[in-house]
Amino acid sequence: MTERTIAVDYLARVEGEGALKVRIHDRRVEEVQLKIFEPPRFFEAFLRGRSYFEAPDITARICGICPVAYQMSSCHAMEQALGMTVGGPLRELRRLLYCGEWIESHALHIYLLHAPDFLGYPDAIRLAKDHPEAVKQGLELKKAGNHLMQVLGGREIHPVNVRVGGFYRCPSRNEFEALRPELERALALAEETVRFAAGLPFPDIEEDYEFVALHHEHEYAMNEGEVVSNRGLRIPVSQYEDHFEEVHMPYANALHSVRKGGGAYLVGPLARYALNHGTLSPRARSAAKEAGLGDVERNPYRSIIVRAVELVYAAEEALRIIDAYRPPAEPFVAPPPSFHATSGCAATEAPRGLLYHRYRLNADGLIEEAKIVAPTSQNQKRIEDDVRHLIERSLDRDDASLTHQCEFAIRNHDPCISCATHFLTLDLERT
Amino acid sequence: MAPPRRPRLGVWKFSSCDGCQLSILDCEDELLAIAGHLEIANFVEASSAVVDGPYDLSLVEGSITTPEEARHIREIRAESRVLVTIGACATAGGIQSLKNFADVQEFTRAVYARPEYIHSLATATPIADHVAVDFELRGCPISKAQLLETISAYLTGRAPNVPNESVCIECKRRGNVCVVVAHGTPCLGPVTQAGCGAICPSFNRGCYGCFGPQGSPNIPSMLKHLDHVGMSRPEVQRVFRTFNALAPAFRTASDAAGAEGETK
Repeated sequence: MTERTIAVDYLARVEGEGALKVRIHDRRVEEVQLKIFEPPRFFEAFLRGRSYFEAPDITARICGICPVAYQMSSCHAMEQALGMTVGGPLRELRRLLYCGEWIESHALHIYLLHAPDFLGYPDAIRLAKDHPEAVKQGLELKKAGNHLMQVLGGREIHPVNVRVGGFYRCPSRNEFEALRPELERALALAEETVRFAAGLPFPDIEEDYEFVALHHEHEYAMNEGEVVSNRGLRIPVSQYEDHFEEVHMPYANALHSVRKGGGAYLVGPLARYALNHGTLSPRARSAAKEAGLGDVERNPYRSIIVRAVELVYAAEEALRIIDAYRPPAEPFVAPPPSFHATSGCAATEAPRGLLYHRYRLNADGLIEEAKIVAPTSQNQKRIEDDVRHLIERSLDRDDASLTHQCEFAIRNHDPCISCATHFLTLDLERT
Repeated sequence: MAPPRRPRLGVWKFSSCDGCQLSILDCEDELLAIAGHLEIANFVEASSAVVDGPYDLSLVEGSITTPEEARHIREIRAESRVLVTIGACATAGGIQSLKNFADVQEFTRAVYARPEYIHSLATATPIADHVAVDFELRGCPISKAQLLETISAYLTGRAPNVPNESVCIECKRRGNVCVVVAHGTPCLGPVTQAGCGAICPSFNRGCYGCFGPQGSPNIPSMLKHLDHVGMSRPEVQRVFRTFNALAPAFRTASDAAGAEGETK
């Protein structure tokens, strides 16, 4: 009888701190725990008593890689609570800011965090010694996304220009026009990235995912849409908590989110692509087709190609928005001067997937209750299933090789552990 | 002759959002050059290759919020020749230090269904409360330029040129119209350390203090001014009690606003 434990004590190349523990008994995988040991930071608790107006700046600090996502979900939730509608050029500018974050975050993950796994390097620095052009192209793309966030947001990490109702100042056409050559170059590099990603070696596997994403009839959803799944779910965001619930696992400082009466599901690029590819731009769709993607991609390793396709889309969409941009008369929609106790919720598409916020406010505009469901806490259970299937396929590998393969399988989903804490080390136990 | 050994760099994370260490990867034009001058020996967010200490330069992000973290920072100090803290969490507790002003047991019950699974200290504290720190780099997040200056200074063996002047100086240098004078917008620029590039005033917004207090802040005068432009005492208390709540000058300000708020 053999008992085997595989442990990754500190998962590398992910955002935040997490670990994995796997227990195998008589060649059966008995337990897979994606452990989040990132310490709890209690955002939902200390948001209470803060003004509704402070939520975008405070929640941005949940994650340094996707602060825009937190700013967008919190602004939209507050605006829903206060009955505000933000449309026209302000809505477009929000989409533009999100394009910057998608470009920066996806370029970071594709080239600096994920590609080294496929090519057998511990990091992008060592990858750059043998493949300097690939890494330089990744850094150039990342820089273009960051530059866009600087021009519109003031800075790339924790932008300062976002407020409930819109922005503090809307940049001029000239400020955006200066970005055009860099974004055109980014679009070409993004198409090159799709070819680079499609040329990587992929294991031939498929997972049976329930995909969940926002869906919008006319655009690839970022800030707005219904919550849909490939198994028939179609609900307004306001019904999110009727269909999804968080479960607190003993081994994690994070809460697992599951479909009520269902189980694990997946948010993020694979889900968005499966549910929304029809609204991608023609260039993004043709890049996907050239790379051999069908209408749905179920191989988690090939998510790197899907991220690259989203890079093409985000660069093209940024150029479209800049072309059509005319600065609005006012940089923001003013909140109502006084209001009653109220509540509101919203979801937007962070680079890693759907991010849900709900707030209850008192008549002074102070937050009484906050609920935040991050993409990684929604994916955590589904990532454990991926790891379980991987191990079942690979029981004959030695511990070192199996451990590396587990980490790789986790990085397929670009987990963001700081966000989910409320994550990675591998602990593999074989008996 | 063998080439000289590159100094070993360790990048460490405690309770934080990862934004400050992401700033290293955000140095897109300089990243490969940095890696040429320093051996990246431990930087888990960027690399799965980990080299054991000792380390010549350690960059530390985040604040201390759990008993494990309090132990780990002492190990890192013992293994590091030079230890530089990066960002508001490491230098002043960060946003999570708001729990220092509350009941952490109640916080745990508010966020987690099974509070018994959570092990957290009652406080979030800056790194310097636990170990000796050689240099502090401020900001939420830090400035890439100041980070590169600090690394260059380390490599050439000089002190980093990171002035503790106020955001106002940076704002004037940038040629901004003063948001206080022109629009009556509440702005913490006069008491906040420069380094961000005065970005908030450049976007018609008052500074919200994310770099913490400047070298010689006049807090009583600042409080009077914020009162004058119409901020309520609870608002004043909240603005000082955000990303650098434990920085002594900001703590003085938030305590003063709280005390006056009670008597008013």
